[in-house]
Amino acid sequence: MGHPYLSLTDEERLQMLSDVGVGSVDELFVDIPSEILLKNDLEMPEGLSESELWAHGRMLAERNMSLDSNPSFLGAGVYQHLIPSAVKHVANRSEFVTAYTPYQAEISQGVLQAIFEYQTLICQLTGMDVANASLYDGATGLAEAALMAVATTRGKRVVTFESLHPDYLAVLATYLRAVDTELVVLPAKDGLADIESLKPFLNEETAAVMVQQPNFFGLLEPVDALGDLLKESPSLFVASVNPISLGILQAPSAYGADIVVGEGQPLGNPLAFGGPSFGFMAVLDKYIRRMPGRIVGQTADKNGNRGFVLTLQTREQHIRRHRATSNICTNAAHSALIGAVYLAVLGKQGLTEVATQCAQKAHYTAEQISAIPGWELVFSGSFFHEFVVKAPICAIEVERALLKEGIVGGLPLSKVYDDKKWENTMLFCVTEARTAREIEHLLQVLREVK
Amino acid sequence: MAVNQQIPLLMELGSPGRRAYYLPKLDIPSKPVDEIIPKNLIREEPASLPELSELEAVRHYTGLSRRNHGVDVGFYPLGSCTMKYNPKINEDLASLPGLAEIHPYQPEETVQGALQLMYELEQDLCEIAGLDRATLSPAAGAHGELTGLMLIKAYHEAGGEGHRDEIIVPDAAHGTNPASAAMCGYKIVEVPSDERGGVSVEHLRQVVGPNTAGLMLTNPNTLGLFDENILTITELVHDAGGLNYYDGANANAILGKCRAGDMGFDVVHFNLHKTFSTPHGGGGPGSGPIAVRDILVPFLPTPTVEKDSEDCFVLQHNRSKSIGKVKGFYGNFLVLVRAYGYMRTMGPKGLKRASEDAVLSANYIMERLKDVYNLPYDRVCMHEFVLSAVMQKKHGVTAQDIAKRLLDYNIHAPTVYFPMIVEEALMIEPTETETKAELDAFIEVMRNIAAEVLESPEKLQQAPYHTVIGRLDETQAARRPIVRWQAAETEE
Amino acid sequence: MKIPSDLRYCETHEWAKTEAEHVMVGVTEFAQDEMGDIVFVELPVVGSEYKKGESMAVIESVKAVSDIYAPISGTVVEVNESLNDQPELINEDCYGEGWMFKIASSNAEELETLMNAAEYEAHTDA
Repeated sequence: MGHPYLSLTDEERLQMLSDVGVGSVDELFVDIPSEILLKNDLEMPEGLSESELWAHGRMLAERNMSLDSNPSFLGAGVYQHLIPSAVKHVANRSEFVTAYTPYQAEISQGVLQAIFEYQTLICQLTGMDVANASLYDGATGLAEAALMAVATTRGKRVVTFESLHPDYLAVLATYLRAVDTELVVLPAKDGLADIESLKPFLNEETAAVMVQQPNFFGLLEPVDALGDLLKESPSLFVASVNPISLGILQAPSAYGADIVVGEGQPLGNPLAFGGPSFGFMAVLDKYIRRMPGRIVGQTADKNGNRGFVLTLQTREQHIRRHRATSNICTNAAHSALIGAVYLAVLGKQGLTEVATQCAQKAHYTAEQISAIPGWELVFSGSFFHEFVVKAPICAIEVERALLKEGIVGGLPLSKVYDDKKWENTMLFCVTEARTAREIEHLLQVLREVK
Repeated sequence: MAVNQQIPLLMELGSPGRRAYYLPKLDIPSKPVDEIIPKNLIREEPASLPELSELEAVRHYTGLSRRNHGVDVGFYPLGSCTMKYNPKINEDLASLPGLAEIHPYQPEETVQGALQLMYELEQDLCEIAGLDRATLSPAAGAHGELTGLMLIKAYHEAGGEGHRDEIIVPDAAHGTNPASAAMCGYKIVEVPSDERGGVSVEHLRQVVGPNTAGLMLTNPNTLGLFDENILTITELVHDAGGLNYYDGANANAILGKCRAGDMGFDVVHFNLHKTFSTPHGGGGPGSGPIAVRDILVPFLPTPTVEKDSEDCFVLQHNRSKSIGKVKGFYGNFLVLVRAYGYMRTMGPKGLKRASEDAVLSANYIMERLKDVYNLPYDRVCMHEFVLSAVMQKKHGVTAQDIAKRLLDYNIHAPTVYFPMIVEEALMIEPTETETKAELDAFIEVMRNIAAEVLESPEKLQQAPYHTVIGRLDETQAARRPIVRWQAAETEE
Repeated sequence: MKIPSDLRYCETHEWAKTEAEHVMVGVTEFAQDEMGDIVFVELPVVGSEYKKGESMAVIESVKAVSDIYAPISGTVVEVNESLNDQPELINEDCYGEGWMFKIASSNAEELETLMNAAEYEAHTDA
């Protein structure tokens, strides 16, 4: 029986077996001890034709509520933005999609130049000196930054705040536990990093102080003050930032960040149930050899033509093995490419507009919600495009009421925090993708929930 | 391909004020930005991003794509990377809005299809591995390794054996193995290969002991050889109280033929972007799920996908002994979707046939090249094999030169200089998706190159000739790194 | 292959030379040839102490990393800063401009235990 994607015919198989000098394909598997050679087929469903698979896939997809057709006010790390049509058309060209890591530079100039441009774009956004070719996502990117800071400073402790995304906090904890490095999570005060509580930890034991801007609650952290405080300290200042927010917010270089990381999904990538996306990382020049991940550099061929190659590879696992800066090999090149195309198409003015519209719509919505009797903003600080509100009833019930009307989210914070105090709270996100009508619909439902 | 025509960088294109995309007009009342964001937090200058028209951007990236080799462009026998065809239907599945446009924090009742897919994929992977449960969280093979080692560590600690601090790794192992072990705080103990290319059992006997936390092994190994002593090896480690980790980078050789669990492995990672046909995207995203034996299940990262009493799928976030989270949310879901599509298409018989054809294709090429290139381990190979260019090196031609010459024929080079235990290594993995004609063409090119080495070695040292750019100077790139574009200094 | 007769040699291909009260250290021509084009050198910190045989510095070529081991015990008194910008000096002049660092020896006799030129030549031929 034939199978799709297999290209040999039975006749060719026989010919090849005879050329190899064996009578049957089983003879090629002689090294497998007979006691573990499978006698029966694997127990899994028999193969489907393409049309059957398509029908099955659509059935599964229909069992999900797509945010393509339902307005959503969910954010919390994954954001719905308008994506220019050109982005997926060019990024999904199969020469990009079906390539491996560009080990052979001369036939991989497309991907290599695109990554070089991506690195430049990330530097332009963050104001930093050098960026790598991407990491898995924002959470693991932050963990990699922590390990990098530990290796650079030889400190044995990493400090962050409760206002960090809970998934990032969890991943950070997992990574640091594996290398016996202490993770100190300082309290948040009114939703913001409590700088006073940091002061006792500013010494050589602390490898890094990590803060998220805007933080998990959408609030803008006092990064200037943190930067001032850390300027004289041996600890590295790590900022995890939302790239869209950099359309209006200060570049992290301006407040003295040593390492900048973040989740790249908002840059043109689909929601994708949380993955794949990409993590970006940018650092000061002096840390380039401590940076994990691939880096593309410019060089030339013998005729002086400009070209691009993977460079500084001695940092990496395939050469330095157990002393590498990280074990990362496969990263998220294609998601990063999508991010680069998005930035190229949006351009200088476009990104500023997206960020501005997000802030405007979120502030308008927050104002309107807090004007509803029984509803209030939980924190007093300024925010970008997300905010936490307290409902007069349990937030899960609000979520349900909204869902009945075809609206998805915000996020009841009781889903991510155990403490009872979060029971009535909800994290809303409003991006440029939400229309006045959708916002009005949301307000209408909220006015009526009881 | 356009020959030798440089493409300007994005940053060198465009014109101030030019735009490719406009948002709808703001349809709510707005305020001055400095009333909603504190002045000191506002960016003084917008980031100096490009200013292009849509056509400019599209042409730019289309131009770049034409300067890139992919499986869709030509043969890609890159050893260890399993560059098989990436079925198009799976791309279509992954762009269905019901799969691509769902949010990880949506109520579970609104993502039942996604959870069902993950649940079924886990079952398939467990069946293929011969193990009990799996986590789909890891984003790549190396990430799976790290996760698996964390499980091993948690297991030993829970059993009061936290002092076990050594991971045994063969000298032929992928670099990720020792790097992952180091990221998990382990010491690395290297074992040499024996003269047949397998793990030296004699040596292994000497190094396993009370400090052994585990062994990491890929089987077939990086020489493309199935370790005949595999049962002895895993038993030695188990007897010493250690666990066995299977690096699934080479799993394409054994689908439906034998299972890592049956070989004695306790943790297995699969590279969905290799074995299960999801595209590699120029360096990712991939996906590296791991399957584990029952003793490790309590430690699996969160969340897991479970089926409740009413046949509803739920994410379980609270698992008391879990190592915690290893990635944001639930893994690279859209990569899982593509791998799921592949498995459903292939079914058990198709997967087995895929492995058989991959192994047959590799043996076929090996057999027809071993008279002109040195074959350090002359025995039946699995899905890949390693040649050595030592004979060619005597004429001044290195594995690197041969690799570069192949590029002239629209063929991606094999993996070179790996594994490190073979001098001038060329690691060739054809995969099962190539036609015999393609394999024959490759054989012919490789034989021609071998002849060229004897006739005009200097020609090879300068290859490639027909690519969009000549051989690039990697030394210069590393000595004086230029890793981003910078505007030319304005003249005083 | 150049092996100057006035130097002492290690099995790991470092050379050492007595210079006033310090010992100057670099890598041999054999070593630089094996490593190929050198792209980066990580030098030790002045003032740090090493025991004979400990890794003191790292030399990187495009695709390899090599440790440089202390030929004798002592304290680093000076490093060749020009290698930071011109690592290729090691390829071009490994016994001269490409020297790596100077050590104040804590045990002068250790130098005598190293190979002389003839012994090193035999070692590299082996």
